[in-house]
Amino acid sequence: MAYSEVVKNFNCIRDYMREFYVYGFKSRNEYTRKSGRSYDDERRRLESWLGDYMQFRQTQDGKNVFISIDSRISRHNPLYKAWKAKSFTDGDITLHFILMDIFASAEQALNINEITAEVDRYVSAFSEPRIFDVSTVRKKLKEYVTEGILVTEKQGKVLYYRTIEENTLPDADMLDYFSEIAPCGVIGSFLLDKQSKHKEMFAFKHHYITGAIDSEIVCLLFMAMSEKKTITMETINRRNDCVLEKAVVPLRIMDSVQSGRQYLMAYFPMYNRISSFRIDNIISVKINEESPQFDELREKLNGMLPYMWGISTQGRSGQRMEHVEFTVHYNDYEQHIHKRLERERRCGTVEKIDNNTSRFTADIFDASEMIPWIRTFICRITDIHFSDSELENQFRGDIEKMYQMYGLEGGERI
Amino acid sequence: MIFSELYSAYYNAVTEILKAAIDHPLQKNELRKIVEKHAFAESILNIEPALYEERWQLIKPGGTTIIQNEPSMPLTLIQKRWLKAVSLDPRIRLFQDEPIRFPDVEPLFTPDDYSIFDRYSDGDDYGDEAYRANFKLILDAIRNRYPLSIAMDNHKGKQIQTVLLPEYLEYSEKDDKFRLIGSGRQLDRTVNLGRIKKCEKYIGDYHISPKHKKVKQPESVVFELVDRRNALERVLLHFAHFEKQAEKIDDVRYKVTIHYDKDDETELVIRILSFGPMVKVVAPVHFINLIKERLIRQKSCGQ
Repeated sequence: MAYSEVVKNFNCIRDYMREFYVYGFKSRNEYTRKSGRSYDDERRRLESWLGDYMQFRQTQDGKNVFISIDSRISRHNPLYKAWKAKSFTDGDITLHFILMDIFASAEQALNINEITAEVDRYVSAFSEPRIFDVSTVRKKLKEYVTEGILVTEKQGKVLYYRTIEENTLPDADMLDYFSEIAPCGVIGSFLLDKQSKHKEMFAFKHHYITGAIDSEIVCLLFMAMSEKKTITMETINRRNDCVLEKAVVPLRIMDSVQSGRQYLMAYFPMYNRISSFRIDNIISVKINEESPQFDELREKLNGMLPYMWGISTQGRSGQRMEHVEFTVHYNDYEQHIHKRLERERRCGTVEKIDNNTSRFTADIFDASEMIPWIRTFICRITDIHFSDSELENQFRGDIEKMYQMYGLEGGERI
Repeated sequence: MIFSELYSAYYNAVTEILKAAIDHPLQKNELRKIVEKHAFAESILNIEPALYEERWQLIKPGGTTIIQNEPSMPLTLIQKRWLKAVSLDPRIRLFQDEPIRFPDVEPLFTPDDYSIFDRYSDGDDYGDEAYRANFKLILDAIRNRYPLSIAMDNHKGKQIQTVLLPEYLEYSEKDDKFRLIGSGRQLDRTVNLGRIKKCEKYIGDYHISPKHKKVKQPESVVFELVDRRNALERVLLHFAHFEKQAEKIDDVRYKVTIHYDKDDETELVIRILSFGPMVKVVAPVHFINLIKERLIRQKSCGQ
């Protein structure tokens, strides 16, 4: 098939965007999953959509392509552009604008025959008018009813179509903000496209934009949850490219603003437990029947949250609950350390021992999730204890390795 | 669904083309400018021939159109559901007091469906009426370019007064706080909205020279990472929001360069420390020393 800037299936581009944006060190030869031509096409599409955000570096292994974005500078997520590149047929676009115009002029609801006749009248202005048969027009109308831009009403046995009233567009500042920070923010970006040009007043710090690539999956999960339905999802293990199908009850999406990862918390009947699933590893979602257990399972998850540091519901020790405590020491002028512990403690407890010492304790399902955070207090940890001795040894061993890495095993001078 | 041609750049561009063609016969160069503005770099290669070859039967040979009304499309169901979901967020009141009303649709998500698990707990108080009034005044000042007189608590809790010409608001999702970035004669041109005690329009002349603008101090740090315990993926995702480059050194080692602002250096130091022995800073020397200082202090803690 000839190259086209627009695509029919978003999944084709999803993997390439992630690779180029998050990793960006692979050369063309390393993209082995797809053909070389597929790589060239996807790279060219991304260049067309993202312009200067696409960059290149020549290495010994060849040319590396990567997407480089400082999300603190760009006022809108550039990755949203990919969602605006859906392909369509010549008939789709012609019919769309004609139908919208017919309904804008219509004073009352119209039936399929009236609409088709009007479409014919519109295209008769051309020397070789396109022919839209009744079934094509009906299919398009049905699609628009599903999208919510048309409604139907029956008069006798005949179905009539009319457009719904135009809504006032929401405030542009509000859209600028929520399109960046709300889940499925790309929908806000679609609304912004309808706005006239305006001054953009927001910038975003610590802003992870990768989740945009997974918007359709997230949207489907929300839809399933709002109807309390089960789903069948395909997930990929990226280490071995193995795809598995899993039937689960989706319960909540949990987002990390410190790592850029999104997770689905779901009940997995095969193991009779609530587990987390990386959303960027979900390839497809199929919504199934209603789950009679939904409310009960969600209650169960809510009861588990006070014991979850992140998204893990089980530690490696085999104990249901793991205990962690550590003490930090700070100088008189470093009182902000205690405040830091307070604001970052999540489900843990912080106690001020004296003016220069604070202690953190937590009883959680999986203490290993806390280790990266605890390491941020390196330089002031005076005491630390994990109920899982293996984890404690790993933590202490890691610090020893860091001393070695920076040549601090013996001397202590910079 | 989200991936639909209804929201596509092509449909948006054609909407603008038709608006122009309703107004006056459209010239090719005007069409090209519209496509350049509303679609992608190569879109003109498709849109122009499709319209002029009458595959998309919307524009007549003279540049006029068969369309009579300015093209528009009502909000789709998914757009309404998203707006309704957003209206449940307490921050919506920063922008509007009136709730978003779509009585016939369910929100796409509710607080029961979605949460952030690692946000700091001392975020701004969006329920505070004075905070919201300040926020709205600041937005107005940015839009209409006038200075503000601001009384606030500094980080030591001492009340200070400043005058700033607001430029934009910066929001941190991790901190759940807004900061005002502006230009001013004082050195501190960044104000945490949560610390503002009083904010009002500054009456009088207030001239700002370029030296009063906040200048970013770009810095970079280079580190090597060893891909153990899934470190490669964790590190690159974690630092994804920075401008960065990653290079493969060998099968398990990678070199990563992160570009950051000097103001954020301490934060970056502790974020790198959080990856433990999987990450080793190799340049610049002053950054290596910042890491070493912390490790030396840790050693003296006896752990």
